[in-house]
Amino acid sequence: MSMRGANLLTLEGMGREAILDVLDTAASFFDVNQRTVKKVPALKGRVVASLFFEESTRTRLSFETAAKRLGADVVSLAVASSSVKKGESLRDTISTIDALGLDAVVLRHRSSGAAVQVSRYVPHVRVINAGDGQHQHPTQGLLDVFTVRQILAERHGVVASDSGSSLFQGLRVLIVGDIRHSRVARSDIAAYSALGAEVRVAAPGTLLPTALDGWPVTVANNFEEALAWADVVGLLRLQHERGSGSFVPSLSEFTSTFGLTMERVALLKPEAIVMHPGPMNRGVEVDSLVADLPQSVITRQVTNGVPVRMAVLYLSVAEKKESL
Amino acid sequence: MTQDENRQDRQRGLAFVVKSQLLSADDVSRAMKRMAHEVIERNQGLDCISVVGIQRGGVAIATQLAAMLSSIGHVEVPVAALDVTYYRDDIGATPLKDAALTTLRDDLTNRTVILVDDVLFTGRTIRAALAALGDWGRPTAVQLAVLVDRGHRELPIRPDYVGKNLPTALSETVKATLEGVWLGTGATS
Repeated sequence: MSMRGANLLTLEGMGREAILDVLDTAASFFDVNQRTVKKVPALKGRVVASLFFEESTRTRLSFETAAKRLGADVVSLAVASSSVKKGESLRDTISTIDALGLDAVVLRHRSSGAAVQVSRYVPHVRVINAGDGQHQHPTQGLLDVFTVRQILAERHGVVASDSGSSLFQGLRVLIVGDIRHSRVARSDIAAYSALGAEVRVAAPGTLLPTALDGWPVTVANNFEEALAWADVVGLLRLQHERGSGSFVPSLSEFTSTFGLTMERVALLKPEAIVMHPGPMNRGVEVDSLVADLPQSVITRQVTNGVPVRMAVLYLSVAEKKESL
Repeated sequence: MTQDENRQDRQRGLAFVVKSQLLSADDVSRAMKRMAHEVIERNQGLDCISVVGIQRGGVAIATQLAAMLSSIGHVEVPVAALDVTYYRDDIGATPLKDAALTTLRDDLTNRTVILVDDVLFTGRTIRAALAALGDWGRPTAVQLAVLVDRGHRELPIRPDYVGKNLPTALSETVKATLEGVWLGTGATS
């Protein structure tokens, strides 16, 4: 289902063409971000509200930068100093902000399904999910596949936006760590598999979801073998705030069994791509030195966040709404 | 048929159906040479000229014009592609168009820009291009070269160099490339 003129709540079921539409549009915005004047008037005069009910550095900065580079005005709610602290409900907070006149809401919330709820409260406003609990983080999934396609296109000497999903055919993606609590894992799995990549997950049994039925993934029996197998390794943050600490005997045990240590880096293919959505727990899921290796594309992921989010906002908000 | 209905037809992607060929490839080539000479005559040299083609139809024509200028004037005339999708005034009013590549990298401050498109119609694409060019600096001047001027302007925009003036009905469409110019109906790209 195309996201033109629509909400972006989940990558689940979004489909290959709709994802490629975002990636190709993002490629043109990547170009805008390389210019001296990194701004286009595509959403001039539109209002985008940035509502982060949960902490965030890069997603929030990235979304707000994206909205501003499209010429939109950004209304930003600092939750810590808002009436939310007096006990105002999500619905009332949204209604209040909506009364100011909105075109889009970018929502981060600790509850899974919050973005879907908000989209029901304000059906005339486009809702972009910037992470809801353990459910989905669609723009992270999109920027991860955008980054992988960009790197592979460079290596093959082709133009990424002409390559469609061809570079993902047969691509081996390994996602490691706290799958159970990770919305990034859920979005990444949906995005990679929609584009035709083969996805494996590696985690301690306790950090896998209780049922993997219906997920288009296989579970790696041996982490070391899976590292040697993978073209792309997606690391996940151990989510202390969702109680991950109690799912492993100790952090050091997690590191010694499923952390990407310098010893394990030696098992990787030389051309493997190592990703992390940030923020990193250096020394837990990833050795401090790994983040700075040539295979690591973590800062590139952050850079690509802006054009991908520009594409999402543009396609969602700029397209004339048919049904409303 | 109103101009808006005509646009909707083109957006619906009705295929271009040729009614008549108006210029052959040779005719286009002669018109391009004349325009190249007019550019040189008017600007007294080519040292500060940058050619910018508007995506998508204007790029091939701009590339050819720059090659002709370079060969006549014996100087390298830079040429680049400009996509104006994100500067259009119909964003939100019509289905979104896909953006094409912008290759323009140079600062255009103190350059004379020859803006090139295939067909000049309402002038709205040119308005978008002028808005976009402002993001690349402050050119000394911007001059407009089009292969075909088909009339029906909606904005006060006038070309400086015209390959062929072509009176048309609103219901018609014009396809203008280096290979020839055709009058017909339906979408041209």
